[in-house]
Amino acid sequence: MSATSPPGAVPSESKSWTLRLRQAIDRHLPMDHLLPDRQPYYVGSWVYVFGVVTIAALVWVIVSGVVLSFMGPQWWHDSGLGRFFNSLHFWSVQLFFIFMVLHLWGQYFMAGWRHGRAATWMIGVVIFGVSILTAFTGYLSQQNFDAQFIAINAKDAMNSAGAGAFFNVLNFGQMYGLHVMLLPVGVTFLVVAHIVMVRVRGVVKPIDAEGGARP
Amino acid sequence: MDSPASYVHWGFILISMPNLLVIGGMIILFAIALAAPFPHAEDGDDVSN
Amino acid sequence: MRSMGATQEEYYRGVRMVPYDLVKEVVLAIVGVGVIAVILGAILSSPDVPPVTIAAWAQQDPIDLVTTATSELAGSSTSAGYGAPYNSAGEGQSWGPIAPQKWFGARIPVDSANTFVIQPLQRASFSNTDLGKALSTWQGATADEQTKWLDAYGKALPDATVSDGKVAVATGDYGPLPVMMANLLGVAQAGGLDGLLVINGRFYQTDYTLPLLFMGDGSYLSGLADQAHLTGSQWGMMNETGSYPGQTWLWLYTMWYQVFPFNSDSGFIGLNAGNADLGIIILMTLLTAALALVPFIPVLRDIPRRVPIHRLIWRTYYVPRKSPARRRN
Repeated sequence: MSATSPPGAVPSESKSWTLRLRQAIDRHLPMDHLLPDRQPYYVGSWVYVFGVVTIAALVWVIVSGVVLSFMGPQWWHDSGLGRFFNSLHFWSVQLFFIFMVLHLWGQYFMAGWRHGRAATWMIGVVIFGVSILTAFTGYLSQQNFDAQFIAINAKDAMNSAGAGAFFNVLNFGQMYGLHVMLLPVGVTFLVVAHIVMVRVRGVVKPIDAEGGARP
Repeated sequence: MDSPASYVHWGFILISMPNLLVIGGMIILFAIALAAPFPHAEDGDDVSN
Repeated sequence: MRSMGATQEEYYRGVRMVPYDLVKEVVLAIVGVGVIAVILGAILSSPDVPPVTIAAWAQQDPIDLVTTATSELAGSSTSAGYGAPYNSAGEGQSWGPIAPQKWFGARIPVDSANTFVIQPLQRASFSNTDLGKALSTWQGATADEQTKWLDAYGKALPDATVSDGKVAVATGDYGPLPVMMANLLGVAQAGGLDGLLVINGRFYQTDYTLPLLFMGDGSYLSGLADQAHLTGSQWGMMNETGSYPGQTWLWLYTMWYQVFPFNSDSGFIGLNAGNADLGIIILMTLLTAALALVPFIPVLRDIPRRVPIHRLIWRTYYVPRKSPARRRN
């Protein structure tokens, strides 16, 4: 189905929301920006790779997490295969945080927020925070000694801030539900938004003498 | 891996060896990423616009 | 100052573009990270120390369990005097006028004496007439009498002895307390208190608030945690059982608990060890907001320009190539 008019050349007042949405998407994120096969020549450092390996680690966190949730909370204690998927989940979470922080260091030293990219940086910090919260609910859901002690101690911090009245770290059902459903959806949504924002603007240019570091 | 970890105590810092290895490893990995040569695509270069 | 411009085409005008396969990169990343995770998982496994039960506590340290139960009845346990969200017996943490702990009241009501001692004993007294009589004596006594018995018993417990798993104290006037505590201990050692506290009169349950609060009031669990370096003053938040890495990303959060004013009783401008949880949450919220707002904070946003790390990352940009196709914008 062809467009009724070329992108950007909208007749004075199109009443079609659909057309206007499509044209906005075409303007901001055409396919060759979403999936470019070329990058500026200065995208030539291994530091650029930390973002994509963070995504890769997240993929494994989710895959192993789905298997664990499918089999239920006793499985990873009672069976060898369950213990292996527990390990896969544990180590992919470690890798996820390792690569995410390396990506943070890289983006900081590249001042990646410049030229209109402040929102991308801010969403990144939010992802960091929500990931920590997700990991926290995960540690609380282990149903082992570590989970017991984390719960008993963390409750004091939550209670001191008033959050404990609604976010009860001693309540396994609540923590587990947040961990397997609500928070992964949140993290995934934010990561997708973050990637789209990177693709809309493209990678930031190198720091130049006259460019300044303002967003 | 279930035996207790050893700890490094330096001033007020008290860190487990596994954690120290993770953090130290990250710094090393970042340094390697900065230094290591990245494969450059030479053919098919073109100038934007 | 260069802004983004309306489109990428404007932003990259004059910049040499080279082939770069993003899809291949993400696929290789997924495969590569997967291989690393599988190898680590297969070789190192993961931490899974079995949880502590009230039964284990009651068997390994019966005096501590009875001491804890006595303090619940006396209202002197941590949970009994906690304040919101469990009760209104305590003020909770505050920093001047900032006292969010109290804002929502007792939304998770826990009456320590009844929940941890009386109700489980009432259930256990179903076919136990001796226990039933002891409970009636307790319920029928005046508050003064109860306090007198609790004080005496509480003073005798540090010198108690254990034989055959039972706790014995020196002779004294403790009213029905020894019978009540002996029965509670017996129920606990058999695993019954784990069940009674978590089920709490229902059948299905996923909320472990009551057994965890009770265990937290005692010293057994925290003693084990201390051995595992998990407690607050040991940077415990970032540690894990065994030789596994912990939550290293919590390093800054746990660090504040080790330093002034949060490790001091007197503290500074009203921040001290007593309200450290609240103070540190406020501090970390501000620091996290500052991290998010780095693009707008002078000095912080200018450090990257002064530190030559970017010159390594973009060295092909800063060191001109001989290729005539390259133009700098």
